[in-house]
Amino acid sequence: MNPALQALVTIIVGVGGCVGYFYFSNQFLDKVLFPAKGPNIARNITRANMIRPWLFLMPALLALSVYLVYPVVETLRLSLSERLPGNESRFVGLANYQTMLEDAKFWEAMRNNVIWLLVVPALSTAFGLLAAQLSDRVRWGNIAKSMIFMPMAISFVGAAVIWKLVYDARPIDQDQIGVLNALYLFFGGTEPQQWLTKLGWNNFYLMAVLVWIQTGFAMVILSAALRGIPEETIEAAIVDGASPIQVFFKIKVPQIMGTIVVVWTTITIVVLKVFDIVYAMTNGQWETQVLANYMYDKLFRAVDWGVGSASAMVIMLMVSPILVWNIYNARKEMK
Amino acid sequence: MSGIAGTKSSLTWAVHLSLAVMVLLWLFPTTGLLVSSFRTADQISTTGWWKSMFASEQNLTLRTAAPDYQTTQDGNYVIQGNLFEGSAAATISVWGISSRAIDDYKAGDTAQLKKGGTVTVEVNGDYLMQNTEAFTGKRGQRIFATAEKPPEFTLGNYEFVLFDPSNREGLAKAFFNTLTVTIPATIIPILVAAFAAYALAWMDFPGRALLVAAVVGLLVVPLQLALIPILKLHNEIGIGKGYLGAWLAHTGFGLPLAIYLLRNYMVGLPRDIIENARVDGATDFQIFTKIVLPLSFPALASFAIFQFLWTWNDLLVALVFLIDSTGDTTVMTKQIVELLGTRGGNWEILATSAFVSIAVPLLVFFSMQKYLVRGLLAGSVK
Repeated sequence: MNPALQALVTIIVGVGGCVGYFYFSNQFLDKVLFPAKGPNIARNITRANMIRPWLFLMPALLALSVYLVYPVVETLRLSLSERLPGNESRFVGLANYQTMLEDAKFWEAMRNNVIWLLVVPALSTAFGLLAAQLSDRVRWGNIAKSMIFMPMAISFVGAAVIWKLVYDARPIDQDQIGVLNALYLFFGGTEPQQWLTKLGWNNFYLMAVLVWIQTGFAMVILSAALRGIPEETIEAAIVDGASPIQVFFKIKVPQIMGTIVVVWTTITIVVLKVFDIVYAMTNGQWETQVLANYMYDKLFRAVDWGVGSASAMVIMLMVSPILVWNIYNARKEMK
Repeated sequence: MSGIAGTKSSLTWAVHLSLAVMVLLWLFPTTGLLVSSFRTADQISTTGWWKSMFASEQNLTLRTAAPDYQTTQDGNYVIQGNLFEGSAAATISVWGISSRAIDDYKAGDTAQLKKGGTVTVEVNGDYLMQNTEAFTGKRGQRIFATAEKPPEFTLGNYEFVLFDPSNREGLAKAFFNTLTVTIPATIIPILVAAFAAYALAWMDFPGRALLVAAVVGLLVVPLQLALIPILKLHNEIGIGKGYLGAWLAHTGFGLPLAIYLLRNYMVGLPRDIIENARVDGATDFQIFTKIVLPLSFPALASFAIFQFLWTWNDLLVALVFLIDSTGDTTVMTKQIVELLGTRGGNWEILATSAFVSIAVPLLVFFSMQKYLVRGLLAGSVK
């Protein structure tokens, strides 16, 4: 079938199916199973209302358990077992983890991930805060915000192409077409640099891409938080003779600390899952491996499900503190 | 804020300036890609894109007309014409007839040809070849010229990438494939999530708080964990790799955010309206479809934009669940990664392909920014 037609059919079947399911299951509940008439009318209504939430929730719960809950459990199982021919598997305890811990590439990925985790959220939040503060004070602030926010809409792959052009290097006797090398030579560099193959430094050139993307996100949220600060606190500080710098760091920042933490953790999660940028720009060569790409390598290139799943569990483990903290906060809020 | 006492004018200048620098810094990389996509391969590889607005000096290899076109004038054999015929005009400063001495002659000079005769090249590219005997051979004389070319932009790259049927790496097919993945993957989770969000916001049942907490937890579960288990599952139930698998996967992975956003929004709807409707005898199904769903439009739009951007820009889900060995279902992100490998130096193709793939999200971004910002705020600030 033509894919476009198939998509159309899927939309109709999917949407129609959903609407149909919700409509008819409700009808069935009210008219057939527990009709709101007859001798048991009160009991029937109560029962129908006990079941109805689950009718509403069922498709979502089903999808969530199949696509998110089951994989966590299954990945854990795969990470503890070894694949045997014929779709069989055997429990091997922590052997996969041991293999992984002895792999130098894994430690390279861990090291890089830790650097990513330290650098990207910090820089994105800092730049975002700066952009938010600056743009709130000028008339063309909204346009400025739009421009800084724009990379959010660009795919990681698109961003990879954009930045590869920035990092491009040509032989010394030709005109440089990458901005970075052009600037480097302009400011007295002697030799065009292959930025993405410079060990140690290249990680930072990759991180720049994500910082460029995430700054807009941080800016939007922090800007809303800055606007939420009560004017009186700022005015009081100014009356007391505080300088603009002091107002910013001593009055504004402490009041939006909660939001800064939220932004920081959200970007942290993005960083933990970062895959496309590394996959498209260096594919983990020249010591730029990160966990998500290491995992992809193991799963689909080395076809080693055991070690691949073990490294997926490492990512899960690193996310868990944030997961617990988020749930804790959500529950606190619901009370 | 400019009215507040204590704001100094020097500081205002600093604010304008630093913000301008930041905006330029953030725009510069994307602009490079956009400008490059309108330049020819030659232009891209000889000069930086930031110079494309100005005339640039280039070394060109040109050719005169072939001896077939010679005429006789006063007993001399003559070939004449313009070196830039069929391309944009340029200004020649120096030129030569050998690749080892490309700057032997100034514009207007006359050179002796090895095979006999002379050639004169003018500043504007007009040339005149004269000989007492007939010119022989099949091809014209090569002229190496250093010329000042005015800025020149072309739509040729887009034509080649999108519409050239002979280009097997064309993006047209991948564009439609991406669209095919994106639209159902955006619409279906909205519907599923909206019902669930209503139940979690406005219906009372045991375990509700627990479910809300679970959704918040699932928000951060990395989809990397799902790759192998779900691929295995898809293979076992016969979906295999294909659109259906990708749609289902995107639906599953998008649901936590959808439910979370919609529930937060629905909880904030005025209680009176919903209670009144209940008193008037409306069922939950009616309340949902007639009251809550229309009122929740901003939240639905926010999530739709998120999900659209996310599925359009996605690479991992497509790699794992969609693209099989035939490559018929390849999406743009995957194709661009491949181009990065095979055509790493062909910036005109890379830049154009990348820009085609980011044009749609940018369009959505600029036209629906309001909803995007609203969604972001609802999703993270509490």
